[in-house]
Order: sequence, then structure tokens, then C-alpha cells
Amino acid sequence: MKHLANVLYITTPETYLSLDGENVVIQKDEHTSTRLPLHNIENIVCFNWQGASPALMGACVEQNIGLTFLAPSGRFLARVTGQVKGNVLLRRKQFQVAENEAQSVPIAASFLLGKLSNCRKVIERALRDHAMLVNVEALSSASAFLKETLKVIPSCQSTADLMAFEGSAAKAYFNVFDHLILQQKNEFYFKERNRRPPLDNMNALLSFLYALLTNECVSALETVGLDPFVGFLHTNRPGRPSLALDLMEELRPVFADRLALSLVNRHQVTEKGFTPKESGGILMDDETRKTVITAWQERKKEEIIHPFLKEKIPFGLIPHIQALLLARHLRGDLDAYPPFFWG
Amino acid sequence: MKLEYTPDDLLPLSGIQHFLFCRRQWALIYVEMQWKENVLTAEGRILHQRVDDPFFTETRNGVIIARSVPVASYRLGLSGVCDVVEFTPSPPAPLSQGEEDVKLPNRAGLYLPTPVEYKRGKPKREPMDEAQLCAQAMCLEEMLSTHIPLGYLYYGQTHHREKVEFTSELRALVMEMSAEMHQYFQRGHTLRVKPSKACRSCSLEEVCLPVLQKKVIMASKYIRQQVESA
Repeated sequence: MKHLANVLYITTPETYLSLDGENVVIQKDEHTSTRLPLHNIENIVCFNWQGASPALMGACVEQNIGLTFLAPSGRFLARVTGQVKGNVLLRRKQFQVAENEAQSVPIAASFLLGKLSNCRKVIERALRDHAMLVNVEALSSASAFLKETLKVIPSCQSTADLMAFEGSAAKAYFNVFDHLILQQKNEFYFKERNRRPPLDNMNALLSFLYALLTNECVSALETVGLDPFVGFLHTNRPGRPSLALDLMEELRPVFADRLALSLVNRHQVTEKGFTPKESGGILMDDETRKTVITAWQERKKEEIIHPFLKEKIPFGLIPHIQALLLARHLRGDLDAYPPFFWG
Repeated sequence: MKLEYTPDDLLPLSGIQHFLFCRRQWALIYVEMQWKENVLTAEGRILHQRVDDPFFTETRNGVIIARSVPVASYRLGLSGVCDVVEFTPSPPAPLSQGEEDVKLPNRAGLYLPTPVEYKRGKPKREPMDEAQLCAQAMCLEEMLSTHIPLGYLYYGQTHHREKVEFTSELRALVMEMSAEMHQYFQRGHTLRVKPSKACRSCSLEEVCLPVLQKKVIMASKYIRQQVESA
């Protein structure tokens, strides 16, 4: 199976990246620099302003290493891509299926089945592990509602129906999300999902994790030759990576929600790291962002058995595997797109 | 089979060895346009970096050694680059048969071309390297209107050249393979192939997911089971 290499996160705004031989050189000022061999790196995510040299960009493109620039806030700025990768026949098939509702609904349904099932698992885990601490009644009924919805999804005939079920299921899930926060309840609470800007600490944390996940999904789709902007569930909108958002649906609960809850419940992040701005929007500080990224990286290294492939893989490979399975379904190797059902 | 292909039809000559190794690997590389490096391919790339210098042509004992020689055959529908082609001067007229010898631009006399291909490993049981070399020879023959009886494979691990005779069987294999490649390419089809031991040394294993080959119709069942057991 694919080797999961490191992701290099550049969190200091004043750094500049360049290429020397087969190494990336991270330069902070005239005197301090770090060198890392590129072949150990899978992705470079920059929160820096200075940027990177064209030579490094070229090497990254050639070696399939993602190079992404985010604003220090985590907002996406740019990604370096070379020539369009992959098979034009695959992309044409993707576009053709996306245009055809009868063909795209089963794929969209798969994404949703993954999402609902995984949201439910998040709730079920809290019920199992913390039965004494949580509101069992509220959580159980949300779980039951998700289960019901799960069963009707396969018979949906239109994307509009799917979106309607998605809406009510997401509402049920987020309605009880606050019950999953067991510690620091005064500082971290969840009333509703908000973004642009996030208005409370929990939403700020979720937004940051979602940004990391979006980036991974976009790279995964690009690597297998799919167009991350042409989706089956999310409608196309200029500038929106719809297919990456489709893929994220099933991964959000496992990758982001669950991790956000652990970080708070284990006091790994605290209120100190979150600063409300004058507008009410919340900013995360550098330290907290580092903590989150470290936890994210650790999470990615954990191994699981992929439920469909039945192979042991690191967690971090899941977006890549799912993108690959989607491509394989579109190319006719598989009769359906098998979403990631978290065990 | 087409009698003659157009420039647009030409497929990479190096595909022959992939095709003979695994038809699915070939399709992943040339139809799906996927490529992944592993240690083996990286070593091959580095070896070739040393060999390939199109502007470095030397003469040793009268033998002209040309590197990175671009070739194509419109009869096979293949094009590519020969690592090395050696041009051995033919003896003067009465001694030489003449029919295999070619004239070279800006050179006096007649020469016999011999392709040499560099490979990182050691000789393999399957004839994929021989077929690739033979395809190169057939391109050269078409371009230079000549007949090339043999070539050499140089192996990095053994540091030795192996002589390859371009027999009619080998030529037939090349023609058959290239015709088959064109068929699959035209259909844009990525073939299914039974997983084998060779999968472990294939750099494209993670893209191919050989395990999928066994689960052709399992995905919908997997989804149904997960939903029902929820």
C-alpha cells in the first residue's frame, strides 16, 4: 500500500522555502535554515507569506508532492499544480456522470451513507464510552434518527431528495453535538455550525480542521486524476471544490469532529488559544494551531483496517484510497462507489 | 491491423516492456496516465540520466556511439528513444555484402547500426527487454531502410551486455504486442488482470489496487450490508 510520508507544515510567516538538490530548504532569516529531503515529504502546507521558489514548485509537481499556501488564518490561498494529471477519459466520464442525475445520484448517495453512518458512530462511541456523563436520551434519539435516514437514502431518486435528507440528518447531529463536549463546557460549546467567520471556539476549531481536510481531499482527488471541482452531491460553483466537499462528507465526522472533541475533552486546547475579534469572529493562535496540527498528524499515523479493502492502512491514507475507489468505480472496475464506513 | 499508422497514433515504444510485464500496468501508465516511482524505477531513471545525453556522440575505434536517438515506426505505430545506437563501419565495397549497411549524414562510408538498451537490473526470464530492444531495431530498420540482425542489452546489476538476436519469433511478438496495445488504447480501456507475485515489485500497486480485481461486484453488496446492519 501507499507509503504515508510526512506533511511539512510551515507555520512561521517569515519563512521562505527553496530547493537544493533533492532537499527543501526552509529559511527563516539569513542565518537559520533547515534542510529536509523531499522524498520523505508528501505534502507541504504553508501558512507563510514569503512563499517558495519556482524550482521547489517544479520539484513538488514532478514528485507528486502537494504544495499549498494558506493564509495564517487557515484560509486557502493557492495550490501549486503542474500539468493536469491523469486520464482525460476518466475526467470526461466524471463530467458526464455529474451531468446525468440518474448516474450521479447513486454516487452522491454513497457519500451521504458514509457521512450518516460515521456521524452516528461518533454519537454511539460517546454513548458507549461515557454513558454516565452524556445525555443518553438525546444522543440515542439522534442516533436512531440517523439510522432511519440511513435506510431511506438508497431509495432516493434525485439529488434534491438527498440534500433534503442530508439537511435534516445534519441538523439532528449538530443538535446533539454539544452533548459530546464533556470538558471545558463554559469555554467550548456548540449551538450551531457557523463559519466565515466562526463565532465560537468550537466552530473555530472545526473550521480549521475542515480546512486541513479539504486540502487533503483536493490533493487526493487530483492525484488520482479526478477534477476536485466537479461534484456529484454538491452543485458546481466557480471556486468551490465540489467533489472534494462530496468526499469530505463521509470523512468529516471521523477526521475532524471526533478530533475536535478529543482535543477539547482532553484539555489539549484551551480557551487561552482563542481570541475573539471585534466583529465576534474567533481567531486561533499559533500555539493552538500547532497543537491541532500535531494531533492531526498523530491521528493520520494510526492504523486501521480499511472496511472495504480489508487491508491495514494508516488513517491518513483514507482520503487517497477513497479517491482511488471513486476513480476505479468511474472507470468501471467497481459496480458502486464504496464509501468509508468507520467501524 | 493497420498497415500504416499516423503520427497521432504512435504509442510509446517503452510501453512494450510494461505491456509484457502486465497489461493492466501498461494501461494504468498510458491510458490512465498514472505513474508512481519506487526504488526500482528511481534507479532506472538515474541510470538513464547518465546514459542519455543527445549531444554527446563519441567515436571509439571507429565505432560511432550515438546516445538518445529518437526513432519511430509507422508500421508498428511506435515511437521512442534508443539509449544508444552504435554504428560500426563496414569494410570497403568488395568485402561487404552492403545490404545491411547505411549511410550516415555528414559521415563517409557505410555503417551497421546496433541498438543498445540500458537496464538497471539483471536479465529477466520473460522477453520484455528483448522485445523492447527489437522494437527499437524495427524502428531503426524502417527509418534507415536496412536490416538489423542483433542488438545488446546492458544490465546495471551484472555490468554485462547480453546479445539479442532479432529472430522472426521476436519480431512477430513485437508486432502482435503493438497491435494489441493499439486496440486497447483506442478503446480507452483499463484492463483487469489477475493479481500475481509480480504485483509486489510493481510501483503502481497502490494505484492499481490488485485486490479490487477480486472484488469486481462487491461494492454494492458492501454498501447494502453496512446499511442493513446499522
